[in-house]
Amino acid sequence: MTPTRRDFLGAAAGAAGATAVPDPARASDHHDHEHDHHDDVPSDIALRVKSLESLLIEKGLVDRAALDALVDTYEHKVGPRNGARVVARAWVDPAYKERLLASGTAAIGEFGYSGNQGADIRVVENTDKVHNLVVCTLCSCYPWPVLGLPPVWYKSAPYRSRAVIDPRGVLRELGTDLPADVEVRVWDSTAEQRYLVLPERPAGTLHLGEEALAALVTRDAMIGVAKIVPPQKEAHA
Amino acid sequence: MNGIHDMGGMQDMGAIAYAKSEPVFHEAWEGRLYSMSYAVQGTGKLRLGLRPPMEAIPPGEYLRMSYYERWLTSITERMIASDMVTRAEIESGRPETGSVKATLALSPAQAVAALFKIPATRRDLSVPARFQVGQSVRARNINPITHTRSPRYARGKTGSIERDHGVFVFSDTSAYSQGENPQHLYSVRFSARELWGEQGAPHDAVYLDMFDDYLEPV
Repeated sequence: MTPTRRDFLGAAAGAAGATAVPDPARASDHHDHEHDHHDDVPSDIALRVKSLESLLIEKGLVDRAALDALVDTYEHKVGPRNGARVVARAWVDPAYKERLLASGTAAIGEFGYSGNQGADIRVVENTDKVHNLVVCTLCSCYPWPVLGLPPVWYKSAPYRSRAVIDPRGVLRELGTDLPADVEVRVWDSTAEQRYLVLPERPAGTLHLGEEALAALVTRDAMIGVAKIVPPQKEAHA
Repeated sequence: MNGIHDMGGMQDMGAIAYAKSEPVFHEAWEGRLYSMSYAVQGTGKLRLGLRPPMEAIPPGEYLRMSYYERWLTSITERMIASDMVTRAEIESGRPETGSVKATLALSPAQAVAALFKIPATRRDLSVPARFQVGQSVRARNINPITHTRSPRYARGKTGSIERDHGVFVFSDTSAYSQGENPQHLYSVRFSARELWGEQGAPHDAVYLDMFDDYLEPV
């Protein structure tokens, strides 16, 4: 692994006899709320949001049932299983794959998936020579209709900052070591376009149908931070 | 704005706090806030975009805050800037005496429909494209103190037009309700070597979506 600036600092601090190097990243951009307090002690932010909700309801700006419906939509109706179905279809149907790569939004729309953050989805294909990785360095752009809302790490400073300058290091950190002759294409979703990676179909899956294939497709593979693991050989086979 | 949000290329943000799977909303308030933001946006009364208030958060605060804490700042400032609420009301949590109850609230069906209505930032207009696919371009060295989608790490660098996406509303002005300025948006390919020097792998590249106004011919 390439040494980071912190490794050098750590080495220097160790040489000077210091015992600990503060890690500012631990405090940044990620709050481990679940371990900070119990549900019966609402956090300051939970109270501020509650106060805002009652203000907006009283002012007639939002409707409580509408908020429930919106939460339900993204908790239960949209998520990476949508994207997995799109990928599996592309693997088994060459004509669909061609449409998907030519016009992502329209081909994804064939499944009925559309909506916010999905007006212009471009699908980029991984091959044995090209690996695609998606990031939004400025904020959190992500193809909601096919992947749902982005995970915390995708929106965090470490991923956003490093994905463009050291994509291979990011991939290694997340468990994928790419050969030097593979071209890495990083898609920084800076404006209007959203990106979905079409991962390679893993070896040993020729006998699988569309549904079984979809079950192999992970969110991470469609962001481009992981490869798809081939299925385990069945014990009785 | 050359703010902390524009973090592409920074190197000391630490390890990625990766989680294999996680709930859509980690706490109930995140879901309430998320849905409030979209219910309010769905009324069509906001005159300020999501990003400008987030990008105005001081850097130390920005890094300390969780993602949805930034959203709370953003929706609050957007509603105040759009005369939907006052700062005093936010602080007290109560409507001011004499404030008239609005009839803007969307029904559940309308709110979900608004979220699924494709945001129309693409414009079917015949605006001339200043650049053609394959052409070499340079990202202009601009440093606006307002919202922009041209990240610092590419400014002054040379790339090539990989695709013309068509005509889109220009976020730099539309985020402030200061005009759509529809223009071509391109996918521009910058080699890793051009962006990062010898540290870039020889065949790697970064693709950015850049508006016509961000580019100049080489």
